[in-house]
Amino acid sequence: MKLFTYSPGGTEIEEEKWTKDKPFVKLPPPSIAVIPLSQHTGAPNVPAVKIGDHVKIGMVIGSTSAPVSAPVHASVSGDVIAIEDRLCPAGNKIQSIIIKNDFKEEEAEFEHVDSIENFTPEELIKKIRDAGIVGLGGAAFPTSIKLSPPKNKVIETVIGNGAECEAYLTTDYRVMIESPDEIINGILIELKILNAKRGIIAVEDNKIDAADLLAKKIAERNLEDKIEVVLLKTKYPQGGEKQLIKAVLGREVPSGGLPLDVGTVVQNVGTLKAISEAIFYGKPLIERGITISGTAIKNPGNYIVRIGTQVSEIIDKVGGLNKKLRKLVFGGPMTGVAQSSLEVPVLKGTSGILFFGEESLEMAPEEESPCIRCASCVDSCPIGLLPVFLDHAYRRNDMKLAESLYAVDCIECGACSFVCPAKRHLTENIKKAKQSILKQRKIEAAKQAAFEKLKQKRLQEAKEKEAKK
Amino acid sequence: MTEDMVDLVVTSAPHVRKKIKTSQIMRDVLIALVPATVGGLYFFGTGHTLGVIIVAVLSTILAEYLGNLIFRKKSTLWDFSSGVTGLLLALVLPPGSPYWMVVVGAFSAIFIGKIIFGGIGSNPFNPALVGRAVLMVSWPTFMTMWLKPFYWKIGSQSLDAITSATPLNIVKLQSYSALIQQFGSKIALYKVLFIGNVGGCIGETSALLLLIGGIYLLVKKVIDWRIPFTYIISVFVFSFIFGRDPLFSILAGGLFLGAFFMATDYSSSPVMPKGKIIFGIFVGFLTVIIRQFSPYPEGVMFSILLGNAFVPYFDKLRPHVYGVFAKRGGKA
Repeated sequence: MKLFTYSPGGTEIEEEKWTKDKPFVKLPPPSIAVIPLSQHTGAPNVPAVKIGDHVKIGMVIGSTSAPVSAPVHASVSGDVIAIEDRLCPAGNKIQSIIIKNDFKEEEAEFEHVDSIENFTPEELIKKIRDAGIVGLGGAAFPTSIKLSPPKNKVIETVIGNGAECEAYLTTDYRVMIESPDEIINGILIELKILNAKRGIIAVEDNKIDAADLLAKKIAERNLEDKIEVVLLKTKYPQGGEKQLIKAVLGREVPSGGLPLDVGTVVQNVGTLKAISEAIFYGKPLIERGITISGTAIKNPGNYIVRIGTQVSEIIDKVGGLNKKLRKLVFGGPMTGVAQSSLEVPVLKGTSGILFFGEESLEMAPEEESPCIRCASCVDSCPIGLLPVFLDHAYRRNDMKLAESLYAVDCIECGACSFVCPAKRHLTENIKKAKQSILKQRKIEAAKQAAFEKLKQKRLQEAKEKEAKK
Repeated sequence: MTEDMVDLVVTSAPHVRKKIKTSQIMRDVLIALVPATVGGLYFFGTGHTLGVIIVAVLSTILAEYLGNLIFRKKSTLWDFSSGVTGLLLALVLPPGSPYWMVVVGAFSAIFIGKIIFGGIGSNPFNPALVGRAVLMVSWPTFMTMWLKPFYWKIGSQSLDAITSATPLNIVKLQSYSALIQQFGSKIALYKVLFIGNVGGCIGETSALLLLIGGIYLLVKKVIDWRIPFTYIISVFVFSFIFGRDPLFSILAGGLFLGAFFMATDYSSSPVMPKGKIIFGIFVGFLTVIIRQFSPYPEGVMFSILLGNAFVPYFDKLRPHVYGVFAKRGGKA
């Protein structure tokens, strides 16, 4: 079978997929659920409940009419005991609904349907939005928006992303092994919504059994003319949206553009399963599969966890720690966010939680040694950037230079820092440069807008004066 | 779960790193130089030649230590880069170099070649070659005194008996046909050059042993194929164009040592993939030009140093950036 990949760039990472063969286990619901009102990229929700309200599983507890958003639902039944700002995995505080679980597990009514034949794309999109579905790969972009491209864009291909190129994480793999039919259903739903012809499920060749299973299921359902499974070379970051599109379709998403600019939509396989469940069972996104792994946790595995469960409760429920916890990472080790507290909740976009002991501090040392210009970072960048020169630019605070070196095109995959023999903080510095440039652009845009406004005002005044004469 | 089980440290992603360090890279270079060094000792004896190697390595390490002290830098001794410079310098010196000259070369290499530019990673020129260039222009007699391989077996103490001109010297001073005559046939000449049983610098004579080290570095991914490959091919092609025997041209002199170990020096060579290719071709062209038209028989050292000076220009050859297309109306 042909192996698809992108070039140049990328690196081999140590996979450490210890939890590959551990089936999903449902974790008991938490005693307290902390549900942030903004778990997605886009406008935050406003509370739909008050303190003291009784909620059932699946009830909407936060929503907004802003288009780029996704509502949040109660993941446990019980009483709302507080609505306050809580620390979230990204490191910021977000207004959250705190529910005390009464362990009665009362569920709101979910609407089952047997076929999508009689639904229009708009109805399907509404169902997806109402279920609060966002991208489960980590970016948490509202799926309903992804599936509503502008009218002038034609979508030809839907790509199911089963690459899962991050180390440790095995949730996508488990979803592919345990719910292949739901993934196929998700692709079919998206094809109908987008009126697209071709579905592709892309899987890295270290998960060849998952690819074979999906291909078998597709053949059983006689869908071979609609959906195909392609194998990707195992390489980091093969599952990056831009890299995946280049590997599978041979096209590049324009700088600053979106996949729909090259006629495609990429969806994580977990998201596809969630879409299928939302449409067929009316099930909102109240729980998700998470890989719990790392050296400091006793029982690494794949668990189905309710949204809003805090890490402290997860540790207790999976059997505790086996050594002193020094680093807690939400997401994979290459791109994940280190946490400062155990009181952070699982969000819709949380694909894994990693627990590391003392050795992790040596694994990613703080101390840098001088750059030896070995060019490993240049060779590893999947975008074709020059991390070494971007790093220099950032250290000299020369943002003009950083901008001319395309700092804003950085996908923050971490490959450059990973390969650096001098252990320099390349990704971190490029990220900072990128943020600074984007901030500056915003300021410039605001200045321009203010200037335009003033100009209009002056013109108006001049006109009035003219009229008076 | 108890409180003392948790003491969280927050750092920026990535939270894992490849298990590779600068010192490991330098160690790999040292390992790759072992065959050529052993070959040098085999051909030129374990007496004075070994002394030259030891003096060079110890002097560069001492120079690095003093440099760190004077410029109040954190110690860079344990990255082994000064040791690499010392060994490389020794390998490009004639076997009969006086020890005091080796010391001067080593201090020149580290101080003029490296420390004053900011130490490891900041040197625009190859330090070992800077050291050699200083010696070359200061003491040309010592730097062109070539002991014959196995000179101690000759049984004579006279300089004339135990020294000889290098093959490239013979080509420069006499002619290529005279050289072939001396070795009997072209094949015999190639064989001698490939094995290394011929006069020259300590570590440069054996193309075979250098090739073994070079392949080790390529396999270990310490060096990129682009510079050595294009450099050697470039010398081959330009030698052919200028009417020199191309195969002889790549086997003779210091080309293999230069191509695998000198031109690939990280800090003084381009980081851009395309830049590396142009650099290799450029340095190869200069090598042939110097060999053909200058009074020097060999051009590897000066051509690499000249090529180093152009590296900032070669590094302007940026790779394609994903999604950035040079089309009208597009983002600049």
